[in-house]
Amino acid sequence: MLTDLQAQLRQAHAMSVPVRIVGAGSKQGWHAPQQGEALHVGSHAGIIDYAPAERVISARAGTRLAEIQAVLASQGQMLAAEPPDFGGHATLGGALATGWSGPRRPWAGAMRDQLLGVEILNGQGELLRFGGRVMKNVAGFDLARLMVGANGTLGLITEAHLKVLPLPEVETVRVFELPQADAIALANRLCAAPWPLSGAAWQGGLLRIRLSGNAAAVATAQQQLGGEPDVERHWFARLQAMQLDSFAPPSAEQGLWRLSLPQTCPPLLADYPQLIDWAGGRRWLSAPLAAAQAISTSARGAGGHALLQRSQAGWPTAPRNPTLLALEARIRRALDPRQILNRRQGD
Amino acid sequence: MSEAFLSALRHTLPAEALVLDVERLRAFECDALSAYRALPMAVALPGSEEDVIAVLQLAHAHRIPVVARGAGTGLSGGATPTAGCLLLGMSRMRRLLYLDPLARYARVQPGVRNQAISEAAGHYGLYYAPDPSSQIACTIGGNVAENAGGIHCLKYGLTVHNLLGLRAVTMEGELLELGGTLDCNGYDLLALLTGSEGLLAVVTEVTVRLLPKPQLARVILASFAEVGHAADAVAQLVGSGATPAALEMMDGATVRAVEDFLQAGYPTDVAALLLCEADGTPEEVEADIVQMSRVLRAAGACELRVSDSEAERQQLWAGRKAAFPAAAKLAPDYYCMDGSIPRAAVGRVLAGIASLSAQYGLACINVFHAGDGNLHPLILFDANRAGELARAEQFGTDIAALCVSEGGAITGEHGVGIEKLDGMCAQFNAAELGQFSAIKAAFDPLGLLNPGKLIPTLHRCAEYGRMHVHRGQLPHPELPRF
Repeated sequence: MLTDLQAQLRQAHAMSVPVRIVGAGSKQGWHAPQQGEALHVGSHAGIIDYAPAERVISARAGTRLAEIQAVLASQGQMLAAEPPDFGGHATLGGALATGWSGPRRPWAGAMRDQLLGVEILNGQGELLRFGGRVMKNVAGFDLARLMVGANGTLGLITEAHLKVLPLPEVETVRVFELPQADAIALANRLCAAPWPLSGAAWQGGLLRIRLSGNAAAVATAQQQLGGEPDVERHWFARLQAMQLDSFAPPSAEQGLWRLSLPQTCPPLLADYPQLIDWAGGRRWLSAPLAAAQAISTSARGAGGHALLQRSQAGWPTAPRNPTLLALEARIRRALDPRQILNRRQGD
Repeated sequence: MSEAFLSALRHTLPAEALVLDVERLRAFECDALSAYRALPMAVALPGSEEDVIAVLQLAHAHRIPVVARGAGTGLSGGATPTAGCLLLGMSRMRRLLYLDPLARYARVQPGVRNQAISEAAGHYGLYYAPDPSSQIACTIGGNVAENAGGIHCLKYGLTVHNLLGLRAVTMEGELLELGGTLDCNGYDLLALLTGSEGLLAVVTEVTVRLLPKPQLARVILASFAEVGHAADAVAQLVGSGATPAALEMMDGATVRAVEDFLQAGYPTDVAALLLCEADGTPEEVEADIVQMSRVLRAAGACELRVSDSEAERQQLWAGRKAAFPAAAKLAPDYYCMDGSIPRAAVGRVLAGIASLSAQYGLACINVFHAGDGNLHPLILFDANRAGELARAEQFGTDIAALCVSEGGAITGEHGVGIEKLDGMCAQFNAAELGQFSAIKAAFDPLGLLNPGKLIPTLHRCAEYGRMHVHRGQLPHPELPRF
């Protein structure tokens, strides 16, 4: 299987034809379509090694996240970045390529933080390994983490080694009825104090604070923080899986934006419905496509950025710093000289 | 060429920001890897980002190699000048620009000391987690360049996990503004620059994440009659549900050296000691201490001591923190290694090091971040005895190869620099090294920034490769062998 993938990439490189990497296709509708022949990685699957005592799991790119999470849970462990599994279909390779992390990210780190090493095929079909299975490794440039969030444009991830963490003994949610501004302020005040937090999200006038840890610590925190129990069951699980109503496909004139902002940024574009995660660091915003320019400008003005994540009108690229764009183009050519990997349609 | 450059440099920076006389240049001829020295042509001490940009543009125009340096505490020669280079000393850029206690970050200039950040943040109940042993002196810019670790990485991560943003200047004088939020837009260049050892850009500003200080921390001192039992305890602690805030190991020889040096109160008739720390809320710490104590006893610990006060905790740590100076009393010179291995392999690798020690006739003591699998064997030698430095280096290269053969890495936190170039040939094949060179060229096409570090030439690897078999295959079969 690996040799097939390598042969296909070598040939594509030799012929300079674009190739689009396909895992399970679980994120179709969430990213811009790419050019070229499909390179199917989904069947390059399977957990290669899992040592619970080492807190490390190694798996091929096509392995379903759901399978990994189930195996980890059977040993009382988890992928602490909580990548969304898109109805159980998402693959490890796709989760790394997009780099999306879930509600626990501000406390437990992002996907890139839990990645220890990768095996990749670069744009010339060379099989390369960066990082490894150890916790600390500063040998060479960190090309493993560079792959995370690169959307497959720097190489095809074939295998990855990830750090895993123990599942918390207890998890509970407290709900506070608060307007957006107060919710952002309270969430950040809690973050600045040593509470056992693992989630802070606001929607529709309710701030949900998730507490994780051992039973005694969570009980004490719950008592001191107050708030109400959550009547909605598994709300954070549905947030992680991106199954809340906010994530539904927008209608023709609407778009769903992902805003990355400083966590303490006061309410931004508050006239539009928002789901705020990461104590303010990530905000999902539903708005008319006509507001695209205003949304982008507001996010940049606040020190962050906005990406149109779902719409029926395509995925316009947000304006970016030209120095960085030029550097990124050179980095891309360093790994994929003919830029055959996951080239966007129209590029 | 260099005269014209120096003349232009005098017009770019004020006189007090330049070091040109040989006497004062001597202070910059090495970092903490003092076996390697070279005099820079000049030292520039920029006071601002604008200065850095101007100096780099000038050096680029004159094709002068540039080496950036923080406090010079690095152990792998990352800041060793290349002969005739311009050394860029970042020590004058040491202002803490902004600290936001609610948003929990600080923006600092690269010359700010690691510990100074935690001191400033401490007023708000916050701190900066990575704590390399040189934290009173080392600077945050150097920490970023090396992706510095420390004792508490096991729970709180390395430098790369604790950064929010960077400003950095390329060799061509272009300013890069990276990160800023928890999600990145475009490639994760923040991660790429962290640990790039000053080869890609010069850091001019760092935004670090600050964490709330844990309410409580307690440490367990566990003594073992056999090294193997301590190694087993490490694996079992990591596999248990509790994550130690720190998990450090010292072998018997290190313990005795430390006791001679500062009387930390350690038991000395032991084969190994573990220091295992729990932190968090009082409830978490209590539960973790109970669980960790149970695991340690089951693994064969003969004695456990748990700190009952902050003073006692500090005292128990004082010995560990004095391990390197204590080792310096054991022999005229020591050579500090930095291998990183899976935790299950700790016992096997320690046994391998012991047999190499006998083979080379050089003593080696071990003190390390056991919970991370990051070893720091200290090879003791006397550089004044003919051949001992070379023997110590060969011993070290063998330890690095042993770590790689266990699925580990040649360096966990000290970096490659010039010291571990041979080890890079053991860790990576020609295509992987070629990829590093291509990334380097994407940032610095002329190869002027910190040249000769991190990436070995293929020629060097071919020389090294005569003795070394990598993953069962000779490296670089395409290269001729002599």
